[in-house]
Amino acid sequence: MTPRRTTLAAPSTITFLMVLAAFTLAVTVMSEGIGQGVVSTSFVKTLGKTMCLALAAVAMDLVWGYTGILSLGHFAFFGLGGYMIGMWLMYARTELIVLASLSDSTIPATASEITDAVGTQIFGVVGSAEFPMIWAFADNLVLQLLLVVLVPGLLAGVFGWLAFRSRVTGVYLSILTQAMTLALALYLFQNDSGLRGNNGLSGLQNLPGLGHVSQDIVSLWFLWASALALGLGYLFCASLVSGKFGSVIRAIRDNEARIRFLGYSVEGYKLVVFVTTAMICGLAGALYYPQAGIINPAEVAPIASIYLAVWVAIGGRGRLYGAAVGAVFVSLVSTWFTGGQAPDISLGFYTVQWVDWWTILLGLSFVLVTLFAPKGLGGLVDVLNRRSDPK
Amino acid sequence: MKTLLEVSGVSVSFDGFRAINNLSFQIGSAELRAIIGPNGAGKTTFMDIVTGKTRPDAGRVIWGDKSVSLLGLSEAQIARAGVGRKFQRPTVFEDQTVRDNLILALKKPRDAWSAILFRASKADLGRVEELASEIGLWERLDDPSGALSHGQKQWLEIGMLLAQDPQLLLVDEPAAGMTPAEREQTTKILVEAAKTRAVVVVEHDMEFVRRLNCKVTVLHEGAVLAEGSLDHVTSNQEVIDVYLGR
Repeated sequence: MTPRRTTLAAPSTITFLMVLAAFTLAVTVMSEGIGQGVVSTSFVKTLGKTMCLALAAVAMDLVWGYTGILSLGHFAFFGLGGYMIGMWLMYARTELIVLASLSDSTIPATASEITDAVGTQIFGVVGSAEFPMIWAFADNLVLQLLLVVLVPGLLAGVFGWLAFRSRVTGVYLSILTQAMTLALALYLFQNDSGLRGNNGLSGLQNLPGLGHVSQDIVSLWFLWASALALGLGYLFCASLVSGKFGSVIRAIRDNEARIRFLGYSVEGYKLVVFVTTAMICGLAGALYYPQAGIINPAEVAPIASIYLAVWVAIGGRGRLYGAAVGAVFVSLVSTWFTGGQAPDISLGFYTVQWVDWWTILLGLSFVLVTLFAPKGLGGLVDVLNRRSDPK
Repeated sequence: MKTLLEVSGVSVSFDGFRAINNLSFQIGSAELRAIIGPNGAGKTTFMDIVTGKTRPDAGRVIWGDKSVSLLGLSEAQIARAGVGRKFQRPTVFEDQTVRDNLILALKKPRDAWSAILFRASKADLGRVEELASEIGLWERLDDPSGALSHGQKQWLEIGMLLAQDPQLLLVDEPAAGMTPAEREQTTKILVEAAKTRAVVVVEHDMEFVRRLNCKVTVLHEGAVLAEGSLDHVTSNQEVIDVYLGR
């Protein structure tokens, strides 16, 4: 009898973690911060951000590829995680600036004067100086870090509980998740949302109290943190899907009614997956936005969540490394095309400018992959395996 | 004999059509029963009501020693209470192995946390192998169940039901699409299972019902038309008129 495969022994998991470690090390060695300086700091940040996107894609694969819930709202959870850490970063840094400017005055400033000054600094842009309720913990890093996972988790929990309990499935659920995302984005766009409206939170790349450390070094810290989060997140998801839990959620994906008659509470399992993946996305977002430097409501727009699904589809649903590869591949190619590096094609009467045409190319490849290669890029691995191991 | 399931005065209609009409039905705790009836007699709807898929408009469904009403419970809760169901078309989880399908069905705590922590013990794997030999799939334990033949899928589903260890087994047309040899094996499994639990078989095929050699309930227009041995019901004039005569 063959023993059941354990997570750590699964070849794809080991390969993935080793590639990730080797890649991170290589980038470090070539970085401007402590290495050869071949890879620019801004590209190190791009790579670190890409790892965060890959982590969100792995979570998306768990919820869509394995459980069959096509959520078009997971990027909202990603953005919420970013906002939560952004609040602390902005508050703590502004406080330091305010303290420095007040230190020259003859009379020491009172605590309320400091708070007022910080409030004016942060909210002046939306014509306010008061701290909204939701900033209550912004001065506490530990609490704000907890909120990074708790806020997306709570939103996913309430939303999921209502939706799954009413047995909303398939395309209807997808539409509901889009509606949730749109509602959140529209709310954040308002000036009185308490999160600076469409200005968003900015200056997030500057770590409070570490202003003297150059961005060359900070970018590497975040690269390592992102790689660690991706590695651990991958391992966590891989261990979830390899055991009986994975068996149950794939059964839910394939035949929800049948697994119900085996005595499993479909709603409960869906809720666990939905909330867990929302938390993972929140964490990924919290690592992403300090590298991006700014978060604004446009980040949470419905299209972002659709992109997440497109990455997973192109990479290959139902295999975690496929999702990660899809996210890395598509987002890097996207950066290349939209960054103006791709050469425009002149047709004489018309010039194809990739900045505009890239989304069309992406949409087309999504349609083609869905129609002709439903296994996505991950399907290539199957082809290679079959070649090397003819049975 | 103790009553395991008691259905009394149950009615349900869909858009004005009365699928079940004041139906009453009882089954003991270790009994094999066949339900026959023409198309539209309400056989499948009856199973839907017992398993919680359909809520009746009126009537009671009482279960077990503690006389619990099944009507307020969800499908999953009813399944956990000890009602197992096999569908007409075999529905197994095709991209998972025969072993994983059986492990899914094994009688274990069903909550998410238990599933995350679950590690199959020696006893569990032993039970799975035992079931697999019983349904003739021992050699295919590590194959994806999608690769099985139609008859083998039917058996795997029966095996999953046995793994669930329910007190009541509801089986919808188990012999459909099976070869004569496969039917014989199916009969054996069902008769054996009925020694320790209640088994209700819905079947069209008279020959198969005869082989089960058990009490038969004839349904017609959502109500019980006749009940007794197969010979008894087939000699009933009403039964002949509505069902056998056609």
